[in-house]
Amino acid sequence: MTQIVEMKGMNKYFGKLHVLKNIDLTVEQGEVVVIIGASGSGKSTLIRCVNGLEEYENGKLVVDGHALAPKGGNQKSLAEIRKEVGMVFQQFNLFPHLTVRKNVMLAPMKVKSTSQTVANATAERLLDRVGIGNQADKYPSQLSGGQQQRVAIARALAMEPRLMLFDEPTSALDPEMIGEVLDVMRELAREGMTMMVVTHEMGFAREVADRVIYIHEGQIVEQGKPADVFDNPQNERTQAFLSRVLSH
Amino acid sequence: MESTFQFDWQAAIDAIPYLLKGIPYTLLISFGGLLIGFVLGIIFGLLSINRKWFLRWPATAYIEVFRGTPILVQVLFIFYGLPDLIGGPIDPLTAGIAAIALNSGAYISEVVRGGVQSIDKGQSEAGLSLGLSRTQTFWSVIWPQAFRRMIPPLGNQAIVSIKDTSLFSVIGVGELVRQGQVYIANTFTAFEVYFVVALLYLAITLSLSLILRLLERRGVASV
Repeated sequence: MTQIVEMKGMNKYFGKLHVLKNIDLTVEQGEVVVIIGASGSGKSTLIRCVNGLEEYENGKLVVDGHALAPKGGNQKSLAEIRKEVGMVFQQFNLFPHLTVRKNVMLAPMKVKSTSQTVANATAERLLDRVGIGNQADKYPSQLSGGQQQRVAIARALAMEPRLMLFDEPTSALDPEMIGEVLDVMRELAREGMTMMVVTHEMGFAREVADRVIYIHEGQIVEQGKPADVFDNPQNERTQAFLSRVLSH
Repeated sequence: MESTFQFDWQAAIDAIPYLLKGIPYTLLISFGGLLIGFVLGIIFGLLSINRKWFLRWPATAYIEVFRGTPILVQVLFIFYGLPDLIGGPIDPLTAGIAAIALNSGAYISEVVRGGVQSIDKGQSEAGLSLGLSRTQTFWSVIWPQAFRRMIPPLGNQAIVSIKDTSLFSVIGVGELVRQGQVYIANTFTAFEVYFVVALLYLAITLSLSLILRLLERRGVASV
């Protein structure tokens, strides 16, 4: 098995606040890892470290064979890592001044110098795949939240990433739109995409995850197969968290 | 003492051809200065938010100096003061354009800074996460959005600068106010002439407002 992400003894601070404590975590190729935890537990920060949107203070981080140095170190590998790691944000972060099609075409053309014709064909294929094919020439603001998030997934896929990061991809959506986004993610997982997903959708985690990780105050306190973590949590923190989120 | 004043329409109409000769100078100084000011504004505006302090610092100093001193003092300094330093005269037109450029450049720097900083951080994170470099992210993602938000304050600055050129009558550029003063010296029709001068400024600024509003509408429509 190939390791796509390797974290060893990773620590991250916001000023004096110790947000990630001694994180050891590996993600294998094709694995779907779902990270759960209360807000402020550091789960978003954890995946944001993977593509360097957050810098970490010490420890070790290797993404798809590229070592990413801690803060102040040589960050040359960052460009390579970001080409290979796609990210989907809670707030979609589509480019409002570009059409949906151009949103998807931008990165391949700028980063990989893909020709306009090829980038356009790729964009159409990906937009079809996420069910937005007939809206390609609209602007993001003309789409619903669920549609925007599916465009954001297509935009990330256009770079042919080896790993996809999802940072609470359904948290900003109206309830009736959550399903359509989760469907696309489920499909992606089935096709073998390596994924790290931060989410509060426990149903999705149970169904799609190969491994569930529970983070509490910056520490991984429990991890395992979804059935084990959800039905038979060992750590009392995990038990308390799950009883709170699963009870309603 | 009762006023027997009557507005002399003929005097106002007669003054127009002479006053119109000032318009090319007013426009040249305003738009020449604003064009350079825009370039300065982009450069210093972006430097003022650079992460490196040794770039940020001089930019901030420039902005504070030229925003914090009167443009009249600036143009007098350039026209009467600088020749002592460079050892030769500066023509009034150049001095006027330079004053508008430096002065509007300082204000436009702040417009640029505000515009860029108003764009959500998520936009640059999205650009970076897709593999775009910082420079690519800035010019393809941030700048086009920021520029659209900058149009109204830029329009404001353009109108302010156009009116500021009236101060340059003091260094003898043949702009609108200067033309008026010269004309009045011969005809003693101050009321009529300044009235027409004011109308001509209004004609310029209103046309500009109209153009900007159209531009803005086009810009907003595509967001």
